[in-house]
Amino acid sequence: MNAKIKLFSYDKVDTPIHRLSGLTKLICFLFLTFAVMYSYDIRVILLVMVFSIIILKISKIQFSQIRLMVLYVLIFVLTNAIISFLFAPEMGVEIYGTRHPIMNLPGKYDLTQEQLLYSVTKLFKYASVIPLGIIFLLTTNPSEFASALNRVGVHYKASYAVSLTLRYFPDIQRDYHDISQAQQARGLELSRKAKLFDRVKNGLAIIIPLIFSSLDRIELISNAMDLRGFSKYKKRTWYTTRKLDRDDYLALLISALIFFGALSVSIFINGSRFYNPFI
Amino acid sequence: MATITDQTLMDKQPLIEFTDFTFQYFSQAEPTLYDINLNIYAGEKILIVGPSGSGKSTLGHCINGLIPFSYTGKITGSLKIKGEDTSQKNIFELSKSVGTVLQDSDGQFVGLTAGEDIAFALENDNVPLDQMHHQVRRVAEMVDMQSWLTSSPFELSGGQKQRTSLAGVMVNDVDILLFDEPLANLDPATGKTAIEIIDDIHRQSGKTILIIEHRLEDVLHRFVDRILVVREGRIIADMDAHALVSSDILIETGIREPLYVTALKYAGVKVTEEMQPGYITTLKAELSRDALLEWQKNIQPPDTKAVKPSILRMENVSFSYDGIIPILQNINFDIREGEMVSLVGKNGAGKSTLSKLLCGFEKNDTGTIYFRGKDIKDKSIKERAEIIGAVLQNPNQMISKPMIFDEIALGLRFRNVPEDEIEDRVEKVLKTCGLSPFRKWPISALSYGQKKRVTIASILVLGPQILILDEPTAGQDFRHYTDIMEFLVEINKTGVTIILITHDMHLMLEYTPRAIVLAGGRMIADTAASVVLTDQAVIEEANLKETSLFHLANMAGIPEGTHFVQGFIDYERRLKNR
Repeated sequence: MNAKIKLFSYDKVDTPIHRLSGLTKLICFLFLTFAVMYSYDIRVILLVMVFSIIILKISKIQFSQIRLMVLYVLIFVLTNAIISFLFAPEMGVEIYGTRHPIMNLPGKYDLTQEQLLYSVTKLFKYASVIPLGIIFLLTTNPSEFASALNRVGVHYKASYAVSLTLRYFPDIQRDYHDISQAQQARGLELSRKAKLFDRVKNGLAIIIPLIFSSLDRIELISNAMDLRGFSKYKKRTWYTTRKLDRDDYLALLISALIFFGALSVSIFINGSRFYNPFI
Repeated sequence: MATITDQTLMDKQPLIEFTDFTFQYFSQAEPTLYDINLNIYAGEKILIVGPSGSGKSTLGHCINGLIPFSYTGKITGSLKIKGEDTSQKNIFELSKSVGTVLQDSDGQFVGLTAGEDIAFALENDNVPLDQMHHQVRRVAEMVDMQSWLTSSPFELSGGQKQRTSLAGVMVNDVDILLFDEPLANLDPATGKTAIEIIDDIHRQSGKTILIIEHRLEDVLHRFVDRILVVREGRIIADMDAHALVSSDILIETGIREPLYVTALKYAGVKVTEEMQPGYITTLKAELSRDALLEWQKNIQPPDTKAVKPSILRMENVSFSYDGIIPILQNINFDIREGEMVSLVGKNGAGKSTLSKLLCGFEKNDTGTIYFRGKDIKDKSIKERAEIIGAVLQNPNQMISKPMIFDEIALGLRFRNVPEDEIEDRVEKVLKTCGLSPFRKWPISALSYGQKKRVTIASILVLGPQILILDEPTAGQDFRHYTDIMEFLVEINKTGVTIILITHDMHLMLEYTPRAIVLAGGRMIADTAASVVLTDQAVIEEANLKETSLFHLANMAGIPEGTHFVQGFIDYERRLKNR
């Protein structure tokens, strides 16, 4: 059960990445994400990807921690590539303005070099955001994350909601686990043996008790927060806020450089968001 | 302990002053508090007792501002704190004077670490970072939590979480500390420490302390200035511990009197104020020595019952979640048909894991579990539920249907039992559980105790021969506790073997002749409850507390305290015809 609870959560390890403040990591994450989201230049995207994989190594994240997340993302990215090919097989041709067929397939589904480049670029674009997200989630103390969100302008009530979700997620997960076991003992069938409709219906036998026990919880938390003055003022301070030091500024500088680098490549070299090797 | 004399009280302005105060929740037809007139002075330590629903928690909510901030209703009369009418103040202003520690120390833990949780009030006050860290460290030292500031609530024990909550309200430097059922979720030893910490803070800081609790004897481990008894919305008594314990008020109100007082009464001793019976430590026990000895001599041991065949046996059972950290190691016990056994030990000792192994939610790594001599390894969760039923602590975690009948029938419907047979079996269980009059009721209209019965009924309907209950009486006052336990005794009499996972030492003493004690995943005792509750080594390892009966025996100079405790158990069993 402990392994499950740890699945998506922050792990306290001492690495240079963990030592950066939450605010730094949030801004770096945004810089790098915008860089790959803006650019359709596969060279830039691959560079950022290599960079983020190196950071992943530095922050000592084990593959076993992220296996499930990686799997989901792969499925999503591949499905996305296939579906966009099915709906718009000539997208690449439209973008790059040339047509170099590789294979003639039935109907309009010719495979072109342009489409291939476009698809691969997009695939790597998503794929390179993933390590960044993983690094951010697994190396940032959730409370620091909340305080960082607040410092970049998100209202503190919304920021605190993030932190509370992370605080109570394991509790709710444990409740879910207990309830599910108790209901299975009564004979609830959750396995694939049951029909889909029954499984949905049976799911309710877990969800309803979960909701009621969570409502008790919520009343208690909100009382506890009121009694200690939450939402008294328009602003609040954060215990976990860290002052930025040299490493933070360095990290900010590097990610800003990457961001502006990616931007410059698009503007000055490619003349558009796309890298076009066909002309 | 400095007792404030009446004269000085007259001179001083009360810190909390209720005048003809009546409160009615908008959702209720009747007021919950009637005509409260009460003065509390700075530096007093006051215990507020009363059965569930008496209004004692409502009284606390009025003081800390949850009423009318979170719970609205109609207020007449006035409540002044530090001379100012609270109707002019909001909950935030009040929280500067009144710090509240709620009963669920886990649920009220809003921070992701102890340090953050302590800092919460300071964060909301926009205290600058350096000053905040300094203040958190200072307060954490007061409750001895300074080495745990970076720990998450999952790494802290119940007692540590409670100390964190306490620090979290003390950072505000409040005048009044209000504890709402501080003992509800703690094991006996941690509860004892909690009372000691509260007392130390009272003596060191001179803050005014209000403790709302129905477990009178446990709070009276340390001195209090006054005890207020709340019943049906009124304060019916306001006196010191000696006067209260020697009166009939506790019995009339349905609050459990200290166990040593019960023993004295059984021995025919008239408990008077002169005996100083409020605290076990002040009791003049030697005065009652002869009566107690005489009484003990005449107690008849229980009739020896024929040894029934084994129903559940664990042999060399070990279990680990990850294969590295052992959760249970080499557990061996044999439970006989029709027994009522308690399974005790502190949080994390392996009690719930043991029940998970029995239900088949987890599989033991080594060893064998026998049901009536047969290995149950190959039985699925569903099949095991028909021989071993488990009831969770919180009934809300089990109830998934709006109607009582459907809830109880659920397990049978999952098993595709024909509807007319379901009808019969549910009717029968409804009758056993005393729920027949409610059969057409929606569950939402039931009280906690009735919901508990419904969850037990919904397990019993599958016909298990063993019932495992996790803390069946947690958070219940004496009357509800007795209701639930007497109900379980009835179930037990029908031939169902009952295993109770519990922290409650009264429960062990009164209802389960035998106790199995776990500590750190090992079984450290499997013996009579009277032995467990008097064995210093077991008590320490399992976070239990010595029963006051044992103290009574020691103080009265009765040799063989364990024997005396066993005598009490035997006497009571005969008295209640169990």
